[in-house]
Amino acid sequence: MPSSPPTKRFLCVNRKAPHGTGYAAEALEAVLMTAAFDQRLSLAFLDDGVYQLVQGQDTSDIGLKHFSATFKALGDFDVRTVYVDVESLEARGLTPSDLLPLHYEDEADDWAVKDLIQWVTRAQLAEIMDAQDVVLSF
Amino acid sequence: MAMLHIVNQSPFERDSLASCLTLSLPGAGILLIEDAVVAVRTGSRVAEDLLAAMTDRHIYALGPDLDARGIARDTILPGIRCVDYAGFVQLTTEHNTLQSWL
Repeated sequence: MPSSPPTKRFLCVNRKAPHGTGYAAEALEAVLMTAAFDQRLSLAFLDDGVYQLVQGQDTSDIGLKHFSATFKALGDFDVRTVYVDVESLEARGLTPSDLLPLHYEDEADDWAVKDLIQWVTRAQLAEIMDAQDVVLSF
Repeated sequence: MAMLHIVNQSPFERDSLASCLTLSLPGAGILLIEDAVVAVRTGSRVAEDLLAAMTDRHIYALGPDLDARGIARDTILPGIRCVDYAGFVQLTTEHNTLQSWL
């Protein structure tokens, strides 16, 4: 019997605004790919990366795909944690209510709908990053 | 060993180094490559931040990138360790995880 491959803790770190470069869209592809291999995957949004989660993005007139809606599917890919740096929000005049609400259904808790987003400080984020096996940087 | 942070953007153009300095833990290594090496010149706007970080983190600069930008070794902050490409590889093997600040 082949042994199952080791599971590692992956963190996808998003620091770029969504449409000016391809980083954000590429990050989402990497996230979905990593999730498909049953790894323990979480995401972090900090610095300009918090703009990726802002509600009400309309890319129809700039000729680019509106990919932020895909974040709503993260729960279906077994992502259970999305960390958002509150200090990055504050520095940009944003509040948590400006961001997309992200949820997942907890199979172990009778499919209760739970929040994906955890609001963290930069100090907390430093510890979270340090606890990973692999960091994917975008 | 702790995390190795790799920064490749000029601190005068982007906030990558600033974010790295606030999000790295004591014991971590920070390797400056490409345009990020301009940070290490004595008297630069970010010199104080680097000196403060060096009290509990190791900061390295990639020699070939310093040379390419005309940054002489005797003009860089004391405590910055210069590495060559082999040293770069060595650092990646000595740390558990790598984090790139793009």
